[in-house]
Amino acid sequence: MLEIRWHGRGGQGSVTAAEILATAAINEGKFSQAFAAFGPERRGAPVLAFTRINDNEILLRTQIYEPDVVVVLDHHLSERDDISEGLKKGGILVLNSVYEPERYAKKIPNARRVATVDATGIAIKELGTPVTNTAILGALVKATGIVKLGSVEDVIRERFKTFAEKNIAAVRAAFAQTKIFEREGNM
Amino acid sequence: MKRVGLSGNYAVAYAVKMADVDVVAAYPITPQTTIVEKLSEFVANGELEAEYINVESEHSAMSACVGASLTGARVFTATSSQGLAYMHEVLFMASGLRTPIVMANVNRALSAPLNIWNDHSDAMAERDAGWIQLWVTSAQEAFDATLEAFKIAEDVLLPVMVNLDGYILSHTYEPVVLPDESLVREFVPSRPLQNRVSPKFAYSIGVVGPPEAYYEMKYQVVDAIEKSRKKIKDVDKEFGDKFGREYNFVNEYMMEDADYALVTMGALTGTAKAVASGLRKEGEKVGVLSIRCFRPFPKEEIVALLGDLKGVGVVDRAVTPGGPSNPLFADIATTLYEKGRRPLLQSFVAGLGGRDVPVDDFKLMFGLVKDVVKEGKSRPCVYVGLRE
Repeated sequence: MLEIRWHGRGGQGSVTAAEILATAAINEGKFSQAFAAFGPERRGAPVLAFTRINDNEILLRTQIYEPDVVVVLDHHLSERDDISEGLKKGGILVLNSVYEPERYAKKIPNARRVATVDATGIAIKELGTPVTNTAILGALVKATGIVKLGSVEDVIRERFKTFAEKNIAAVRAAFAQTKIFEREGNM
Repeated sequence: MKRVGLSGNYAVAYAVKMADVDVVAAYPITPQTTIVEKLSEFVANGELEAEYINVESEHSAMSACVGASLTGARVFTATSSQGLAYMHEVLFMASGLRTPIVMANVNRALSAPLNIWNDHSDAMAERDAGWIQLWVTSAQEAFDATLEAFKIAEDVLLPVMVNLDGYILSHTYEPVVLPDESLVREFVPSRPLQNRVSPKFAYSIGVVGPPEAYYEMKYQVVDAIEKSRKKIKDVDKEFGDKFGREYNFVNEYMMEDADYALVTMGALTGTAKAVASGLRKEGEKVGVLSIRCFRPFPKEEIVALLGDLKGVGVVDRAVTPGGPSNPLFADIATTLYEKGRRPLLQSFVAGLGGRDVPVDDFKLMFGLVKDVVKEGKSRPCVYVGLRE
């Protein structure tokens, strides 16, 4: 089973991203759950969301404490929160950041793979607004291969209707521009 | 038939749409809101031909449902927590007037302090309202139970409450198999109900029941919910034949040769099963029994499945302050005591106000059940996950 924790801010669409990923996995025939640690919803406040993906039925109904993958939609959160808390040894980190992945790899020894992409820049260019949730999905797919890019695009098409094509363009741009650092040797 | 990703709340909304309800009267409240939001969308875009009544409170929502149901309409509403509490007096009228209303209750803690997260205190406070109560453990079950609820309600002329845990089920996206709408209509066909009010057939409803009449009329509700057991079983069997999924009154997991078990309701069940499965691999003979139908209470099944165990832990997600025990524990203990069966019972409370109940808490509960059996004496209620 793959467990993903999403760090974002209210209004960035982290919960929607978690749901799109789960739906893409379900449409591929897998089992998946997407849920959030809901609080009083406020724009800009830190938000946690979660996705589980598995080949068999998922029984667990708890929050995720030891994720395989951490996704960060706002890199400022990486200075405020311990985004690597509980990250499994050999885990994957995906960040919306203009910096090189090595910058984060140095700080987070548990991560085998670190991916960064300027999702904010891509979102502003493709959507005209800094909502980074769809762009970050492109980076996540590139870094994990957990679902096919086409499956994500299909869910976006179904869910967004009018703005679907612009969001798909953001996903594709992020997929193409994601930079990946891979740690060598045993962990 | 198609397999899609849906939240528990949307699964309920799709079931209500496919059951072709006539009237929805509701007032929004977190975490129920997305059910009626989706239904209003279905009504607005023409996918569901129904009267959607906007009301100013839950008290009015349930009142409108009672009135609509008395005309023979198929009626649905949804609520949570304070909303359910605000319906309180009308809930008893709904059962007393024998209106087959179906309501989704998305379980949420009661104030104070104000809390929008999950526990079971809202439904437990309405335990004695004369409603059938079903409890689900997944979005698929939420969909399925909602369909069964319409059929059960209309056959036994009692209202049915479908309980799903706030957020943990209501807002979690997961796989749901949606059957073809035509098959659903075959399962819950619209049908004329007897003795319903209409302009041509007007009569008084809800008049005074003096001491000469009230007792008998109340007993009719007691009798009806007792007798509903057979109907609930039949409906579930028919559902299974048609859609390939059956639930029964309880859901048993690894209970065949179990020495110890936890009894759960709702979303706690999944994690309990995952932990039981892990403990089995370590050679522990543990199982999980989840109560799907809380009213009427599955007495026969409880005695058959728990009567001969060494130890049973009962996990309540609600409390009865000052009471001898918490609501689910009380029902389990009473049921076994009546039949003279005495496995050692240990009471637990967990997950109030949305507190997560992680894997370690379930390991602790299974372990404690084994310990108290060894000690030969149960301990006072253990409040799992409570900070001291």
